[in-house]
Amino acid sequence: MPEYERWSEAGASAVIAKHSGVAGAALPILHALQEVFGHIPEAAEPLVAAALNLSRAEVHGIVTFYHDFRRHPPGRHVLRLCRAEACQAAGGEALAEGVRRRLGLEWNATTADGGLTLEPVFCLGLCACSPAAMLDGQVLGRLDGPALDAALDEAMEGAA
Amino acid sequence: MRRLRLYLPADAAAIAVGAQRVAAALADAAAVRGMALDLVRTGTRGMVWLEPLLEADSAQGRIGFGPICAADAASVLAAILDGGTHGKALGPVEQIPFLREQTRLVLARCGITDPLSPGDYAKHGGWKGLVRAKSLGPAATLEEIVASGLRGRGGAGFPTGIKWRTAAAAPGEPKYLVCNADEGDSGTFADRVIIEGDPFMLIEGMAIAAFAVGASQGYVYIRSEYPHAVAAMRAAIRIAAREGALEGFALEVRVGAGAYVCGEETAMLDSLEGKRGMVRAKPPLPAVRGLWGKPTVINNAISLASVPWIMAEGAGAYQGFGLGRSRGTMPVQLAGNIRHGGLYECAFGVTLGELVERVGGGTASGRAVRAAQVGGPLGAYFPPALFDTPFDYEAFAARDGLIGHGGIVVFDDTVDMARQARFAMEFCARESCGKCTPCRIGSIRGTEVIDRLLAGDRPALQRELLADLCHTMKFGSLCALGGFTPYPVLSALTHFAEDFTPRAGARAAAE
Ligand SMILES: Cc1cc2nc3c(=O)[nH]c(=O)nc-3n(C[C@H](O)[C@H](O)[C@H](O)COP(=O)(O)O)c2cc1C
Repeated sequence: MPEYERWSEAGASAVIAKHSGVAGAALPILHALQEVFGHIPEAAEPLVAAALNLSRAEVHGIVTFYHDFRRHPPGRHVLRLCRAEACQAAGGEALAEGVRRRLGLEWNATTADGGLTLEPVFCLGLCACSPAAMLDGQVLGRLDGPALDAALDEAMEGAA
Repeated sequence: MRRLRLYLPADAAAIAVGAQRVAAALADAAAVRGMALDLVRTGTRGMVWLEPLLEADSAQGRIGFGPICAADAASVLAAILDGGTHGKALGPVEQIPFLREQTRLVLARCGITDPLSPGDYAKHGGWKGLVRAKSLGPAATLEEIVASGLRGRGGAGFPTGIKWRTAAAAPGEPKYLVCNADEGDSGTFADRVIIEGDPFMLIEGMAIAAFAVGASQGYVYIRSEYPHAVAAMRAAIRIAAREGALEGFALEVRVGAGAYVCGEETAMLDSLEGKRGMVRAKPPLPAVRGLWGKPTVINNAISLASVPWIMAEGAGAYQGFGLGRSRGTMPVQLAGNIRHGGLYECAFGVTLGELVERVGGGTASGRAVRAAQVGGPLGAYFPPALFDTPFDYEAFAARDGLIGHGGIVVFDDTVDMARQARFAMEFCARESCGKCTPCRIGSIRGTEVIDRLLAGDRPALQRELLADLCHTMKFGSLCALGGFTPYPVLSALTHFAEDFTPRAGARAAAE
């Protein structure tokens, strides 16, 4: 299970400073912030803007343009289920419906107990062993309902 | 202690189906027998339906076992050490028809070597192309690539050598080289497999390209959905730099952030510059004014990975493979509902039907094949009636399709083609960079029109509207995201018209 630091301006400034030296630093910085804090809160935007000499609106525009960047902290576990064609062809939509029903979750939502966030992803390159997913960064292929449930149970138990 | 060497892929697809558990179980089983296990983690051979595929040396070359699971570890080890049969035994791996029939130029080492061993790379023919390029000089290297007939494998099929020539001749310093490994098309994974399985080959290809055009800085833009490839590439670059293979050329990995449109070359440049991935109008071509306004060659990973072979064996040898203006080989990706899913490298010219039915073995579900989408989310859906189309840029274009990055996604007869058409519009709407109206708004209108059509709301009018909308998107969009989304939509509508009849329950959804 990924462990994230609690958001702090000082922590964020250190992360930003570490990555702001490279050319075109915005994405490297935003990835690093999300890796450390699990998300990119609005409070990060002025810090990034100052470091890159951009307006806050520009940084906001960048953060919201890319699907990867979360505006809010995720649950303790993150399931990214592939919704693209190769997974659709192998029953991916039914798989997604099943897990959404079981957890009572919309896409990009987190269970009430903060245990799991469900996110769509459009292709993990696991198209010859579809349907596929990524659970807490671990890749999963040839999924069906029971296999996905087992992986979720294992992850949740590990966290309890 | 007796030592045993075995080979098991560390490719993301192998890991996704349990390779790490197999590796751990093998270590345990070897310990029980008092043996030291030397488990070489290779790339994948590309026979993904057989993963995890374990290999062992034998008098007949490497023999395989697959697909194996952790519970098979002890019995497979016994079969290898004590002889005897095993239910998962596949015999000599290179005799498996799927592998034997291929022309593996870019996949020559994949699944055989340790991807991060520079010794393995050199021993299996690595660096020969770079050495020859250096002896020929930049201009002759460039002309060799022109003569090979290599066309971009990212989708557009533009002649690689011509692009290099333009960048080499363009004024401006420094010059940049960008490897496009964003691989956003569903049904494609060849870039990923090559980066994970033979990263030095891509580095060699980039070193040759940089030498030919005079680029001093290179970027490999890899999608964030590929963490294993990102790690492999970063490690390989560190090793190659240490080995002195990158003199005068700084190479760096950059990670995408989940935006499909950033695979489009000009959006990628904006993304690399630290901006939103907005498509730029062309001209100017990136080769003339690209990254930070400087001449920039941007090529797909497979295009660049094809370069070492061409330089080592010569343009003529590469020209010897293929059909018409499609020269050389393509690592075709067989995906979706297919029995033998994986990566199959062959010369251009093989038909779609051969790939789907003979090589791929039809559907995994055992039902009839109804459609194959070729070339990713912007590619057309082909019905079996068109499976005689040869894999060739022009032949696919002639049938209102494209081969794109070489992905084939197979669907069985349970597919709802109206739903696939709607998804194409939905995906375009989700991923549009927003710069041009036909793509940004047209795609949303597209989903609405399809919903009304399925709801039975003046269907003849909706069909007309959809055709008109597709026409506008095709000719009015700034890039191929909006421009090619009509391919899957119109191909579904043309070849699978019966799926677009009004249906119960759709009316409410459309309102
Ligand atoms: C929406 C869109 C997405 C694209 N995605 C990719 C991609 O993921 N990988 C790629 O190599 N080319 C992609 N392309 C094509 C690139 O714009 C460009 O043609 C290619 O990188 C050029 O390299 P090549 O000549 O070696 O093919 C995409 C194009 C569009 C319009």
